[in-house]
Amino acid sequence: MKEIVIISGKGGTGKTSLTAAFAVLGGSDVVVADCDVDAADMHLLMNPDFDYTEDFYSGELAFIEQSDCIRCGKCKDVCRFDAINIKLNRFFIDPLSCEGCGYCARICPAHCIRNKERLAGQWFISNIKTGSFMVHARLGIGAENSGKLVAKVKNEAKEIALEERKDFILVDGSPGIGCPVVSSLSGASFVVLVTEPTVSGLHDLKRVYELVKKFNIKAGCIINKADINPVKCAEIAQYLAEEGIVHLADLPYDESFTKAMTQGQTIVEYDHGFLKDLVTDSWEKVKRLVCEE
Amino acid sequence: MINRKPLKIAIASGKGGTGKTTLSTNLAAYIAEQQEVVLVDLDVEEPNSGLFFNGELIHEEPNLKMIPQWDESKCTLCGICRKVCNFHAVIQLGPTIVVFPQLCHSCYACSELCPENALPMIPKSTGTLKDFRSGNLHFIESRMDVGEEQAVPAISKTKNYAAGKYGNANFTIYDSPPGTSCPVIEAVKDVDFVILITEPTPFGLHDLRLAVETVRALKKPFGVVINRYGIGNDEVIEYCTEEDIPILAKIANSRKIAGLYSSGKLIYNEVPEVKTALQEILDHCLKMMEGEHK
Repeated sequence: MKEIVIISGKGGTGKTSLTAAFAVLGGSDVVVADCDVDAADMHLLMNPDFDYTEDFYSGELAFIEQSDCIRCGKCKDVCRFDAINIKLNRFFIDPLSCEGCGYCARICPAHCIRNKERLAGQWFISNIKTGSFMVHARLGIGAENSGKLVAKVKNEAKEIALEERKDFILVDGSPGIGCPVVSSLSGASFVVLVTEPTVSGLHDLKRVYELVKKFNIKAGCIINKADINPVKCAEIAQYLAEEGIVHLADLPYDESFTKAMTQGQTIVEYDHGFLKDLVTDSWEKVKRLVCEE
Repeated sequence: MINRKPLKIAIASGKGGTGKTTLSTNLAAYIAEQQEVVLVDLDVEEPNSGLFFNGELIHEEPNLKMIPQWDESKCTLCGICRKVCNFHAVIQLGPTIVVFPQLCHSCYACSELCPENALPMIPKSTGTLKDFRSGNLHFIESRMDVGEEQAVPAISKTKNYAAGKYGNANFTIYDSPPGTSCPVIEAVKDVDFVILITEPTPFGLHDLRLAVETVRALKKPFGVVINRYGIGNDEVIEYCTEEDIPILAKIANSRKIAGLYSSGKLIYNEVPEVKTALQEILDHCLKMMEGEHK
């Protein structure tokens, strides 16, 4: 079983649209893990049935029992996160600022602060239209995206893939280079980088690839909307060559991707010509490269 | 453009790649034609605003995060430090205390509760803050080192730097990170107004709903800008109408804009409609703020 992770550094480069297209092409051989838990969109293209739902708890949140509080203010003195507010001479925890370190509860002389488990979101297992399964999640508003929910989604997908003897796990990662990305990269067999020929696209690609290198994972790259800026595109191609990243494909800017999306379809279902061929060819290349690893 | 109270605006979106940086940089440059403005790039994981300006670097400093450092000579291995750390950032391996800086949230519990004072807090660099100037525009960015995982401390520090140094400027604009989790909350929680930028597609709408939930939870006044207007469908407009959310401006989908952006150029001087949109956005923010303060 091989794990393919799709990331981009920059958001909005077409990562999810391509992952979903790969999932359709891979069909029943592929278990999908949507690890962009902060703004999960892939379910919009996969027709999931939310067959199984579970709450996800992560970290803690302080809670002040008002009846026992002696209003000494010690909790506020030690809190480094400005998470304790005073209203009408009472102390309250601001759940959006509390990081759950538990310091306040430890030093409260009245022992009136408790730490509660924090509901960080939900995760789901769905049957999807490819005849396979998708593990996905929704992070609660303002929750800490520590990478733990990402790890949960990935591990569940891995277990399903092992039980059901699937060949591939396809992981849709999140933008950026922080904890959730680190979490989606750990254990990957191959990384597909999706970029666009813009100053930001190249800048973010370089930063996220620095991170990929730390994990020592082989990578390929798709340049999406390649015809928007041929000069930038050539610059990216050169960067890929220098770094030994496999240049998988150049995809043109085409509104068919958006049109497919508005119908809840992937590009390989919507288009039956050139675009479908390009994306299919990329998927075949990825599969070959992954199996070589 | 007369403005009495300094106005702090965050430009945010649930979905990445909808045009946060395009709007932030163009709006800042447009305002800077007439008055002082501060643009702060809070997308510390992938800061891009700086690619659109050639400013003069006037200040640079490391972004420091406080972490405990073990002082072996004072430690009695009582174990309190590891017990009080909720993040497993301090552990004991045999006769040694080990600190994992990336897991540490700088809560100070281990350090201050250590009876022997054997874990003093020391600063550790997690990235670099830079302050540029170009005419009326102050541009501040923070860049997290690759391999660091926590964006929030750098975001908070960058905001404090900007407020401390340029708090009197009429306008401060935050270019926020994407998403709805803690980095966005940190970026948005102290602003006067939030501009949510989206695109009229199912992904755009889905993530706009999440972003709206977030700014409503923070009780911030906000409005929506629709970018790449003309692609996709009308569902974003229908949603805003139903939810009574003001649409501040629509920016038409255009290859010309995409081309200018791709080369790191500002757009509003080349595309008159964008200049009009910027003025509309600005007018709307000011009007809303007046209403808020009445």
